[in-house]
Amino acid sequence: MQSGKALSQFFFLVALLGAAHLSAAQEAYFVTYSHQMEEPGNLEIGVKSVAGSPSGGNAFLGNALEFEYGAKAWWTSELYLDGQSTANESTVFTGFRSENRFRPLLGEHWINPVLYLEFENINSADKSLLEVVGHDGRVDFLKRNDRSEKEREAELKLILSSNVGGWNFSENIIAEKNLANEPWEFGYAVGASRTLALKAAARSCILCRENFSAGAEMYGGLGDRYSFGLRDTSHYLASLVEWRTPSGTTFKVSPGFGLNDNSHGFLFRFSVSYELNQIASRLRGH
Amino acid sequence: MKRRTLSICSVILSGAAAFAVKIGDGSWLTRVPESARLRPNPVASDADSIVAGAKLFQQNCASCHGKSAEGRDKHPNLHSERLKAATPGELEWLLKNGSLKNGMPSWSRLPEAQRWQLVTYLKSLD
Repeated sequence: MQSGKALSQFFFLVALLGAAHLSAAQEAYFVTYSHQMEEPGNLEIGVKSVAGSPSGGNAFLGNALEFEYGAKAWWTSELYLDGQSTANESTVFTGFRSENRFRPLLGEHWINPVLYLEFENINSADKSLLEVVGHDGRVDFLKRNDRSEKEREAELKLILSSNVGGWNFSENIIAEKNLANEPWEFGYAVGASRTLALKAAARSCILCRENFSAGAEMYGGLGDRYSFGLRDTSHYLASLVEWRTPSGTTFKVSPGFGLNDNSHGFLFRFSVSYELNQIASRLRGH
Repeated sequence: MKRRTLSICSVILSGAAAFAVKIGDGSWLTRVPESARLRPNPVASDADSIVAGAKLFQQNCASCHGKSAEGRDKHPNLHSERLKAATPGELEWLLKNGSLKNGMPSWSRLPEAQRWQLVTYLKSLD
């Protein structure tokens, strides 16, 4: 009980810190990745949250505290700490994820591939919904919070992304493997987004169109190695709005809708992030 | 099964690293295609272009290159002869493609018009 209260206070503090100081993500998407990498030497700290209320279950708020570092211009490394709160149940820490993204082609092309590798060490209570794979669905969220099952998973993504005329189009193919001898699971995510103004205004402004992007993304599961396809999978379509403030704080919101009976009817995602520029130089005192 | 999965992951990791090290060879200027090199700056005559470019520079570039583009840490000073000699098309190409091997990120996420505004500002530097 004590630890539950302490964790609630931790996540509340994280949310407060997020609102006060965190900022600047790179794309409008929540689930889909583009080929945009973190700038080398920069550290982005952010909170990504998702709220849902599955029919037949309790409302939940999944949180992921994100640390994204630009190791090289072609290599971005990320660490997520996941937790969640479920109404009438508890607030729990659910594990961590470590991911790396590499751009194998060192130039801009019509379609830009990125290789993504992730290791997850989470438990069965995780509700961060950072991707949907296999037969993931609403029924997974109906069980009471139970952290007994450990999920150590490797995840691979092929990210394809293009920037054309102010638009970004991104497609992700996902393959995930629970290392405890379970079959490969597959998923997808696709998105399109565009900044609302192609030219920057000469004056400094906070609410001008150039600071906003809007778009949509669609994501879902594709079954597993033994039952590949759309049967018993869940799918979502979400709209996206991103607001980049001149101070470097970025806010994103995304209302999303389930497209079949296996999906949550409605998911509301929001995030706040802040980018610390040239963190290594700062630490060295330059 | 675990060993097989780990082997697949290691092969992909080492392949990606080797590929990334192999690609990218030297000066970015030598890689600019002729068609990009000769492109004129479509916003060069806009009255607001330098000011808008300066604003974009402060938002996106100053953390590495310094607030006055004087260079910072290992990042180059942009008041250089090389930059003065570069054509607008070459600079826009560099902003779009970056020079990932040398630490310069791609700014293709900025719309093309904003990259040209940045070029206008860069060309205005003494």
